[in-house]
Amino acid sequence: MLEVKSLTKRFSGLVAVDQASLSVAKGSITGLIGPNGAGKTTLFAMVAGFLQPDGGSVSYDGRDITALAPHVRARQGIARTFQIVQPFEGLNVQENIAVGAYLHTPDAKEAMAQAADIAKRVGLGADLVKASSDLTVAGRKRLEVARALATRPKLLLLDEVLAGLNPSEIRDVLPLVRDIRDQGVTILMIEHIMQAVMNLCDKVYVLSQGRMIAEGEPRAVCEDPQVIEAYLGHGAAERLRAEQAHA
Amino acid sequence: MTRPRLTTLAVIVVALAVVPFLGLSGALLNLMIFMMIIALAAQGWNILGGYAGLSSFGHAAFFGAGAYAMAVLQTRFGVNAWIALVIGIALGALVGAAIGFLSFRSGLKGSYFALITLAFAEVARILANSTNFTGAAAGILLKLQTGLPYLQFADRRYFLLIALGFVAIGLLVSWWLEHSRFGAYLVALRENEQAAQALGVDVFAVKMKAIAISGALTAAAGCLYAQNYLFIDANVAFGSWISIEALFAAIVGGSGTVLGPLVGAIVLLGLGELTKSVSGGIPGMDLLVFGVILVLSVAFSPNGLVMLMKSLGLRAPKAKEA
Repeated sequence: MLEVKSLTKRFSGLVAVDQASLSVAKGSITGLIGPNGAGKTTLFAMVAGFLQPDGGSVSYDGRDITALAPHVRARQGIARTFQIVQPFEGLNVQENIAVGAYLHTPDAKEAMAQAADIAKRVGLGADLVKASSDLTVAGRKRLEVARALATRPKLLLLDEVLAGLNPSEIRDVLPLVRDIRDQGVTILMIEHIMQAVMNLCDKVYVLSQGRMIAEGEPRAVCEDPQVIEAYLGHGAAERLRAEQAHA
Repeated sequence: MTRPRLTTLAVIVVALAVVPFLGLSGALLNLMIFMMIIALAAQGWNILGGYAGLSSFGHAAFFGAGAYAMAVLQTRFGVNAWIALVIGIALGALVGAAIGFLSFRSGLKGSYFALITLAFAEVARILANSTNFTGAAAGILLKLQTGLPYLQFADRRYFLLIALGFVAIGLLVSWWLEHSRFGAYLVALRENEQAAQALGVDVFAVKMKAIAISGALTAAAGCLYAQNYLFIDANVAFGSWISIEALFAAIVGGSGTVLGPLVGAIVLLGLGELTKSVSGGIPGMDLLVFGVILVLSVAFSPNGLVMLMKSLGLRAPKAKEA
């Protein structure tokens, strides 16, 4: 469904993303993990159209979308959430979600009704008229997801929707993500929380210093020595293996 | 956020329409006409500056476009006043689109956008002041011809009603914004442009529409101004005074609200006139009062008088409960 081919992004000298490729199968939940500063969010921004790559291509549903503006990609069914939540502060929860729903209907009543439905789905049903700034962190993350869902995406890009949530909140959101997938939405997610990645993802890509260093099933990727070293430093994989042998 | 209903707006407009028939003096009638013209200019500003969050310091460009279209078309080409009015409004939208295209294409926002609009208005002022076609520094004097076809009336109350009619249109446009996809998009891009884009909002197109509507409304105010005072020159039509009055009225009244610009214009000009009469004509006293009002309103009701009244109204019943 989504093919990213050797994407590259340079920020004056610094290569943030270096020839990274990935592919997301229709109906899957694909994870993108990697240490801080690996370039995950930059890669996401290029997939969603907020940054123009210096090289490489993005294709979606078999069409090259590398040059398309973000709003055009949204109309074609790609929605994203932001790592740093970005609610429309002047609007309440329902109105926030309605902005997304307006993509498919010009009618205010209908958009608001759809917004109410989606709010219920993500667990914000009781907060419709709350100001978005009055929501808890978990609430705002749900709002991000709800707004994206309101555009009726085929491909949903989730950028650390679980970051900043406590364990019980995470347990609440996991089924929501799975539920979205079960409704036929393909998901590509950046996530730090391994519990979630293990639980949800069919396939995981690991980005480190801008390069894709591993891909595969979550469990296999976690045991990949290159991945362990990317997180824990050079030689860590060997030390771990030695310790396990001793034990 | 509670929003005014259509019936509320209708009551306000009808009340304002009745006032001139209560035997107002000529001076008060003139003041009321001026209030309506400023309110209309401020309503135009409010669509761009209030709802879309793109504060302009150069709405004089639109006001002047309307005023000059009205004056030049009638005096030089003998065009009927009503047709000139329509062309003037269309010209305002066009000037808006031109300024919008140049500034939004390069992504200007915030103070940069404010400054570029100021620059456009100043360029227009200097051009109008030095071109013979626009009467240069001498300005343009319109011919006095009363009667409905000339959009001039021996009885000034009728002109007031027409001005009020435009203000009513301005109210309706703002009301529509608060109940439509377009309005929701405006607020969304004001609050967060990136997030709006992610939801499929074509921010450039939305901004272009906003500045065209904004320009059209403010140009209508310029048309009415020219037709009411029958004289304009570059400093009146394109002068920064009108840019300031328009944003001032909208901000004091409540930017991004339906009633804000109207309330702001009435309060500001009313107080200004009051000071003038109390201070016995010391020049600039009303401006001093404007300054004080701006400081007070930014300090105590940064969301404008409309919101202040609302929050006071909302607080009262709660106090009773406690």
